[in-house]
Amino acid sequence: MSVLVYIENAEGKFKKSGFEGVCYAKEIANQLNTNLIALSIGNVADEDLKALGNYGANKVLTVNQNNLTLFINQAYAAIIAHATTKENAEIVVLSNSFSGKGLAPRIAVKLQAGLVDGAISLPDFTNGKFVVKNNVFSSKAIALVEITSAVKVLALMPNAYKVVETSEQANIETFDYQTNENDFTSLIKEIVKASDKVSLPDAEIVVSAGRGLKGPENWGMIEELAALLGAAVACSKPVSDAHWRPHEEHVGQTGITVSPNLYIAIGISGAIQHIAGVSSSKIIVVINKDADAPFFKVADYGIVGDAFEVVPKLIAAVKALKAS
Amino acid sequence: MKILVCISNVPDTTTKITFTDNNSHFNTAGVQFILNPYDEIALARAIELTEAENEIVTVLHVGDATTDPTLRKALAIGATDAVRINAQPTDAYFVANQIAAYAKDKDFDIILTGRESIDYNGAKVAAMLGELLDIPSVSITKKITIEGDTGILEREIEGGKEVLAIPFPFVAGTAEGVADWKIPNMRGIMGARTKPLIVVEAVEVNNLTKIIQFETPAPRTSVQLVDAGEVDKLIDLLHNTAKVI
Repeated sequence: MSVLVYIENAEGKFKKSGFEGVCYAKEIANQLNTNLIALSIGNVADEDLKALGNYGANKVLTVNQNNLTLFINQAYAAIIAHATTKENAEIVVLSNSFSGKGLAPRIAVKLQAGLVDGAISLPDFTNGKFVVKNNVFSSKAIALVEITSAVKVLALMPNAYKVVETSEQANIETFDYQTNENDFTSLIKEIVKASDKVSLPDAEIVVSAGRGLKGPENWGMIEELAALLGAAVACSKPVSDAHWRPHEEHVGQTGITVSPNLYIAIGISGAIQHIAGVSSSKIIVVINKDADAPFFKVADYGIVGDAFEVVPKLIAAVKALKAS
Repeated sequence: MKILVCISNVPDTTTKITFTDNNSHFNTAGVQFILNPYDEIALARAIELTEAENEIVTVLHVGDATTDPTLRKALAIGATDAVRINAQPTDAYFVANQIAAYAKDKDFDIILTGRESIDYNGAKVAAMLGELLDIPSVSITKKITIEGDTGILEREIEGGKEVLAIPFPFVAGTAEGVADWKIPNMRGIMGARTKPLIVVEAVEVNNLTKIIQFETPAPRTSVQLVDAGEVDKLIDLLHNTAKVI
């Protein structure tokens, strides 16, 4: 038996969440005294495939066919399931990214495997069981989920596992797979990327603003602060509902759930539904002129003050830090 | 066009989450249950897409009889008819199998689910259904329009969006932006009482996962306030103490 990890790429480059998956899977393989097989689908340079050894892969399988350059969940799921069976893997790890969410359930069904999505812990093997934690009730609780099937699928929450480099030598093998026409009925018409923006779910730092900003014209300073910190920009629900900012920036219970290292909330009072979407952030900073704003109760650091005075000072302070 | 909308019954978003039996079960005492908000926008979009004569929106829920008010609410919002599969939902695999067993010979053009339920937050049922029925699925759909027998779906990707053209039938898990929430009017509420709600017995499915215990996250230590005149101090704390920038 072995552990198999699928690493997603974006335009041929692996993403940080992918390396997290490799390191997480490596630790599982170590605990089970077995090998880690990494699987890449699409067009990725050999040196990048080889580099997966630095994160713990013993072997790298690559499937690179013309029809697989773009992500089609049916076809990708078929390949991953096939590789799992062929390599006699019992544990499949992938990232709980937007694409991973569409992929993991299909793999689980194909393999009759129990799935934990949004995994935030390594498996606990106590008493011969296999138990993994994930966030439930919009991060108001954590569930300990036992997988009872022979094959198990784990979709790792981004930012939940630390990337550690090792020095494994990985051999690259081409994995042949006969794709099925029926898996390609979805056609990708268009991909729109805002390339200068940091992707919100992957972001290590998020700068988020709410109604306290008074209007969409005032987001310039938020974007400037975010750019300086290499952060993604987010907003509260009232802001996206009022179309001040696009829906894809809305974090909260009915928007995107984020778990960055640092979440800076500016002019957001902290409705329970908003906090639900950000509470697994490692450090929360709240800037609000209302000292009674509920957000301060879940914050690590806070400034009671007007965003229009505090944010420009923050920008200056970050610039000073970077210059030092 | 025939659309199936799969709905779940979840605790209200303001519910205080507690557990019973040594933290092994969710404490439902005093909890107000609602139609899952993401499923509600799926339903709203399904209604918008089926305004022509003879077009059908069926709502389906896996649950026991106590959840019928949620199905009636969906009928009040505008669904044509309702189906309840009579079983306690245990895990996503179980639920997806129940829905697939019902839907497989009903010729739905589109099957919608919410992107996730706000209780267990799995975003699994849509893609599992797609796999069980061997049809395409999009798990986090931001927009759906129809061109003939093809759905034009916009899906979220890291740092952008992707537009897909998918022939009927397909499954889509809907996210915010797909439609606005619809509030049922009095005519809808009155009409819902007489719309058909049928109960179907469950098929046998083995669970593959089981929640054995719940934990509540460790509370944060109380906030450390920095004076608005000393913003540099905050940056220093984040850089040197928390080490996050």
